[in-house]
Amino acid sequence: MVNRTKAIKPGDILLFCTQRNEAIRLPYFLQYYRDMGVNHFLFVDNDSDDGSVSYLQDQPDVSLWHTRASYKRARFGVDWLNWLQSKYGHEHWNLVVDPDEFLVYPFCDTRPLRALTDWLDASSIRSFSAMLLDMYPKGRIDQQPYTVGQNPLEIANWFDSGNYAIERNWKFGNLWIQGGPRQRVFFPDAPEKAPALNKIPLVKWNRRYVYMSSTHMLLPRGLNAVYDEWGGEKASGALLHTKFLDTFNDKAKEELQRKQHYSGSVEYKAYAATLDENPDLWCKWSEKYINWRQLEILGLMSKGNWA
Amino acid sequence: MSSVGIVMLVHTALGRAEQVARHWSAAGCPVVIHVDGNVSQGIYRRFVDALSDLPDVKFSPRHRCEWGTWGLVAATQSASEMMLDHYGEVRHVYLASGSCLPLRPIEELIDYLADRPTTDFIESATTADVPWTVGGLDEERFNFSFPFSWKRQRYLFDRWVSLQRLVGRKRAMPNGIIPHMGSQWWCLTRSTLSAILTDPDRELYDSFFKRVWIPDESYFQSLARLHGSQIESRSLTLSKFDFQGKPHIFYDDHLQLLRRSDCFVARKIWPHADRLYESFLSDPASMMNGAEPNPGKIDRIFAKAVDRRTRGRPGLYMQSRFPHDGWENGVTSSRYSVFQGFGDLFEDFDQWLTRAVDVRIHGHLFAEERVEYADGQTVMNGALSDSAAIRDYNPQAFLTNLVWNARGERQCFHFGPRDIQDIGWIFAKDPNAQVSVISGAWAVPLFLSKRSFSELRREAAVLQKIEAEYLKILRSPYASARIRIWTMAEFIEAPMEPLQTIIDEIGTRPGPRLVDAPKMVDLTGFGQFLQNLKNQGMHPYLMGDFAVERGMSSTQRPKRKPYLAR
Repeated sequence: MVNRTKAIKPGDILLFCTQRNEAIRLPYFLQYYRDMGVNHFLFVDNDSDDGSVSYLQDQPDVSLWHTRASYKRARFGVDWLNWLQSKYGHEHWNLVVDPDEFLVYPFCDTRPLRALTDWLDASSIRSFSAMLLDMYPKGRIDQQPYTVGQNPLEIANWFDSGNYAIERNWKFGNLWIQGGPRQRVFFPDAPEKAPALNKIPLVKWNRRYVYMSSTHMLLPRGLNAVYDEWGGEKASGALLHTKFLDTFNDKAKEELQRKQHYSGSVEYKAYAATLDENPDLWCKWSEKYINWRQLEILGLMSKGNWA
Repeated sequence: MSSVGIVMLVHTALGRAEQVARHWSAAGCPVVIHVDGNVSQGIYRRFVDALSDLPDVKFSPRHRCEWGTWGLVAATQSASEMMLDHYGEVRHVYLASGSCLPLRPIEELIDYLADRPTTDFIESATTADVPWTVGGLDEERFNFSFPFSWKRQRYLFDRWVSLQRLVGRKRAMPNGIIPHMGSQWWCLTRSTLSAILTDPDRELYDSFFKRVWIPDESYFQSLARLHGSQIESRSLTLSKFDFQGKPHIFYDDHLQLLRRSDCFVARKIWPHADRLYESFLSDPASMMNGAEPNPGKIDRIFAKAVDRRTRGRPGLYMQSRFPHDGWENGVTSSRYSVFQGFGDLFEDFDQWLTRAVDVRIHGHLFAEERVEYADGQTVMNGALSDSAAIRDYNPQAFLTNLVWNARGERQCFHFGPRDIQDIGWIFAKDPNAQVSVISGAWAVPLFLSKRSFSELRREAAVLQKIEAEYLKILRSPYASARIRIWTMAEFIEAPMEPLQTIIDEIGTRPGPRLVDAPKMVDLTGFGQFLQNLKNQGMHPYLMGDFAVERGMSSTQRPKRKPYLAR
């Protein structure tokens, strides 16, 4: 719809994102990543009708594509982005996130994203892991309305600090992380159905690379080796996932109708069922978010040998 | 004109190099710059032009510099020659890079060197004594040859090294010099440097070092030992390396740390660290005059980073630390205790334990129906769920999370043959686990229950089998937990002694000796109960020998004095 990719310079950091009716979230999202040092945004819009398209078209650093095709058939958006990344992302650092995901990495309050990518380059590291950390408000999800331009972490500022279980996927070499409030509240009797939280959203892209399912794992396999197996810690970050705002209930119902999500929308069915009864993810042992250092102390992310 | 000359090796971020060259120059130091031969001609020309207003900034003949190769030494040699030839008043030559940043006023460096006119500052140690070699190449970097690029032809590089290792290749040192290594950033006196450069045998040394791996860390370091009169084996440039031999990089948030380091020059600085460049180039706030460089704090921070990267935090499993079996450096993050049979034998064991030591005692964490956290809580530290399904989905993660989340507070819990057994191996192999078992105590609840005897008999058989399996694990040679097993008969004979041992080992506070034992269940008739099981053809053996008439209640028994092991 708008292609401003001519403006991309060698070495620019690119952000790839699919979105559907996220107009309310986009202003803060763009501001957050611009401040971090993203140079260009490449969006795929999935048939939005809430004004987000025209908003994105007006942004000077955004290129926008449009599709009416089924989100499910395009493997949850990955195929669209894989295509865009192979065309525009080659030799650039690519950050792939959703409009409700906010990257934090070691020293993100004092060092721009380029400091991280420069360091990764110098260390010959091609991929950077940032696990999904589900954030939620205290009290009912719909208690505090979210307004345009607001930092969603002002509302959803709690998280689960220590209930994540990890397994190794020998086939692709990635880790498979499950846990967090979604498992705790929505899947206490079927933990295996809880969504995967491992993500590798930041990659020095090559057109030979491809994301397998969402940003959970990549090919070639070597890109999934974001963890140390001999006791040490590699550097890693977190994606603060601010899905659980007042906008969530409507979204869950809509998604359930569209049936566009993973394994027959089992996740959204569980949400819809539970949310009607007790939409409070907060518990006595929830942790209130302060900053990346807190996440590193809790062992959710690591500075690795970046100092 | 100053008595300190700066030789600068530059390959990227030429804008920053220009700023720093101007800074050196403004203090009166002549500067000779070597620009890497890989930099394009156009960029080079612009760089030279940009500095053309400074008469005492010169450019030396260009060499191609690839990491680990001779080019860097050749570049240093020709730039140093140029410096010595053109600036006769220079007494010390300081080798710096384009990403070095002076932290103290340059005058302080000039004065510092003027006070030490014959000292060579060059880190230089024999190969046997340095821990920082990368890729395991220490002496081999002198004995082998390295025709393949480490960065671009790693496979060939490695194969060639293995081959030479296989044949045990050894090259003779020219004139028997002793190879030394150290930081490539030095500051040499004119006399030492010119002695090295004009040595009649220089051809010989050069041809030897051309085949050495990373000669920029050994050429001047070895030859200075030959010619220098007073060597101070340290670099005046603060430069830290990570575990892969890659220099650590300084950012804006290191400003205060660098200011307090009292170091003259630091490398390497991130080219976009605007605040560092602004602060140190515009206002190099004078530190304590004449202070010795003191990078202690920075050393510690970077040493910690290396430790984190190579050893990590014990007992932590996360997205970027997931060790193979045996490489955890601690299966769990801290000590915890597992009690088997204690809850069956004693009525008030939990209350008694918390009176004796500062711990958190849970119920049966691995109970079939739900996780029995302390005080009946449904969620625990870290938002751990009490769902048995979630726990059983990954029992090891459950346990390691429990211990990690409660850092600082010792966790204790009950375990028994009625629980999910998958986790048994994890305790057994974990040196952090203190496992205490009163074997056969599972029979006590059966004894106390009023259920039909045939039912009890069946259950007793099942429980005994499970516990026997578990004891086998605890007694296996792979078990490395602190494991203590008593038969029930043994234990009730003298309960104070084992209890004291357990409490002492937990040792959260150096308390007084135990004065009371927990209250034991009334065992009157227990011996008969066991005999009944036997009569029914079930053979209970894990609890040890109970005479039929034994198993009087503890209150009726003659009071035993607690055993004191002092």
